[in-house]
Amino acid sequence: MDFISVSQQLAIGMITTIELFLLTLILSLPLGLGVAFCRMSKNGLVRGITKIYISIMRGTPLMLQLLVVYFGPYLIFGITISSSYRFPAALIAFVINYAAYFAEIYRGGIESMEVGQYEAAQVLGFSKTQTFFKIILPQVIKRILPSITNEIITLVKDTSLAYAIAVTEMFTLAKQIAASEATMMPYFVAGVFYYIFNFIVAFGMEKVEEKFGYYTNK
Amino acid sequence: MKLLEINNLRKDFDGLEVIKDISISVEEGQVVAIIGPSGSGKSTLLRCATMLEIADGGEIKYMDDYLVKTDENGKEVYADRETAKRIRSNFGLVFQNFNLFPHFSVIRNITEAPIYIAKQNKSDAKKTAFDLLKKMGLEDKADAYPCQLSGGQQQRVSIARALALNPKILFFDEPTSALDPELTGDILKVIRDLAKEKMTMVIVTHEMNFAKEVADYIVFMDDGVIVEQGKAQDVINNPQSERLQNFLSRVSN
Repeated sequence: MDFISVSQQLAIGMITTIELFLLTLILSLPLGLGVAFCRMSKNGLVRGITKIYISIMRGTPLMLQLLVVYFGPYLIFGITISSSYRFPAALIAFVINYAAYFAEIYRGGIESMEVGQYEAAQVLGFSKTQTFFKIILPQVIKRILPSITNEIITLVKDTSLAYAIAVTEMFTLAKQIAASEATMMPYFVAGVFYYIFNFIVAFGMEKVEEKFGYYTNK
Repeated sequence: MKLLEINNLRKDFDGLEVIKDISISVEEGQVVAIIGPSGSGKSTLLRCATMLEIADGGEIKYMDDYLVKTDENGKEVYADRETAKRIRSNFGLVFQNFNLFPHFSVIRNITEAPIYIAKQNKSDAKKTAFDLLKKMGLEDKADAYPCQLSGGQQQRVSIARALALNPKILFFDEPTSALDPELTGDILKVIRDLAKEKMTMVIVTHEMNFAKEVADYIVFMDDGVIVEQGKAQDVINNPQSERLQNFLSRVSN
């Protein structure tokens, strides 16, 4: 089997992988900000629950979380699950997992902001919401971009874990073809695909960082 | 006309009394310098007056509006939202370390609040900002970012930012302390010019000669209380208390 024909067979899986990747990012980046707010809440109960949630998301394997989200409804509640639930289950697991990681990155960025920025905004009459979205968040984004890039690159590779619940993303297909045709080629194609995918991600994020490079914190 | 009146102000941090029973008032057009050793409570006093700290006792009043007063049960009652907003529009504050917004250009640092808070139209706000920059000798820096400016230039931008909202009273919290000595002159000149225009100012400062020259009135604080206050010349040239005499001889060395 040659490179081209394997690539063609894997193409449908690549699209699923990209979908899973993009949807996870689009949902987990804003959700992570919400989680970060809960983690920094004045309300001790909200803060405590969020802390436990983050701790579980970071402390257990993502593959285990995938299995729990997929099989949980049946094993716990006896709800029949269909194969159409596979992709949504993978998406839910990725989103709640990555939101937890993003939340901690946001929190680190927000807490690193000088109190003087808040005070200057307050004295000028900005409301708390205006202060956050006009003054704080843009600066936080610049500070956390390198960490976010790391997470995004990890996410590209983590999408392959969805094979654990048989989502027909690229890695799942590669494994099937490799087993039935007894060839290494699918793994090779998969490796090239992930590498190029991440190369593009890294390049894009570098451009974004350059966009924020017009000022430094001094 | 009295712009600001503070009566029997108290503030403590975790049981440590930083401000003990302080009363001062500021007349329109007056330049008041607050001097004193570090830890004397002078910055905290300024921060209480500008709502950056919550007072634990006493009253703060801007013209007819009480920012905070003590009710009949001895409880501190702060102004409601609307009043607080009105009060806030009366004053500006210049910080020791500028606190410019690093992601905004100079012009945007100055115009953001006038446009989005004071609801001025954009071209008016920009015109005001350019006039202020000209006054600060920075008309060519409108599109620069704070990181491209020296400390002295940044501080002048922050003064312009405060003035853009047209405050009745301008507070300075040690405006030259974060600057190299050779840059303090620019800031002092700006303040001196503002004094000539009869801008009401309250300045916490370490620059004794400057305080003497530019201030009409000097308040000497130590250990959370006002030890002496009066006309600038009198306070500096003829200190009555031993604490002020010691302080003046220390800073003049």
